[in-house]
Amino acid sequence: MRHILFLTAGLAFLWLANSGHYSGLILSLGALSIAFVVFVTIKMKVVDAESQPVRISYRIPLYWLWLSKQIILSNISVVKKIWFSPSSIDPAVARIKTSQTSDLGRVIYANSITLTPGTVTLDVTEDEVEVHVLCRESLSLLQNGVMDQQVKRLES
Amino acid sequence: MNFMLDAISWFLLASGCFLCITGGLGLFRFPDFFTRMHAASITDSLGSGLIIVGLAFQTPGDWLVVAKLGFILVFIFFTSPTASHALAKAALHAGQKPWQKQT
Repeated sequence: MRHILFLTAGLAFLWLANSGHYSGLILSLGALSIAFVVFVTIKMKVVDAESQPVRISYRIPLYWLWLSKQIILSNISVVKKIWFSPSSIDPAVARIKTSQTSDLGRVIYANSITLTPGTVTLDVTEDEVEVHVLCRESLSLLQNGVMDQQVKRLES
Repeated sequence: MNFMLDAISWFLLASGCFLCITGGLGLFRFPDFFTRMHAASITDSLGSGLIIVGLAFQTPGDWLVVAKLGFILVFIFFTSPTASHALAKAALHAGQKPWQKQT
């Protein structure tokens, strides 16, 4: 029930923020379409904790802030490499342990790694991610597990 | 106030453009598929991000436009790593060997 309410609220917000027309007719058409979408997703049985992670949604803005900082820092280091020293790169492939227990956590972790320039996720398994890094130094940063812990905290 | 907003906006737009150009330059300078991918992810992440935030500062008081730009930003941040991951995995399966520094 909580997930259905959450989905409805999310859809309503999406509709209101995209529409810009708030006359009675348009609003009721919007309400109708939201009701229809909710009905279909319930029928498809896809409304659950994985598709509507209520708890994570509260905490994700803070995580995004932290991730933005990481993205800016790694952007600066890769930009420096491109302009001043393209020959100083030292790419490597490595498998890194992750402590994520759910599929959603693994996806967030792998996507965060890919989103920060200089590191790309090649493969994800139960308790490991395979990453390609532009520079060996960023490998040790990942092995520290700081990002892993941040993602883990989202779900706790 | 308006001048300040404009200044912030143009600063963000200009740095976004600079990052996109840098990403393109990286595509030429780096040696193989995987390292070029790192260059492209500059354009993906901060390049597009700064341009969109800069555009949001161009629309004072028009919250609908800001909301739409926000949606675009969130969708880019969700889809671009997924696409990069799919590309990298496909390249690896197709037999691309990551370039290693000769020692």
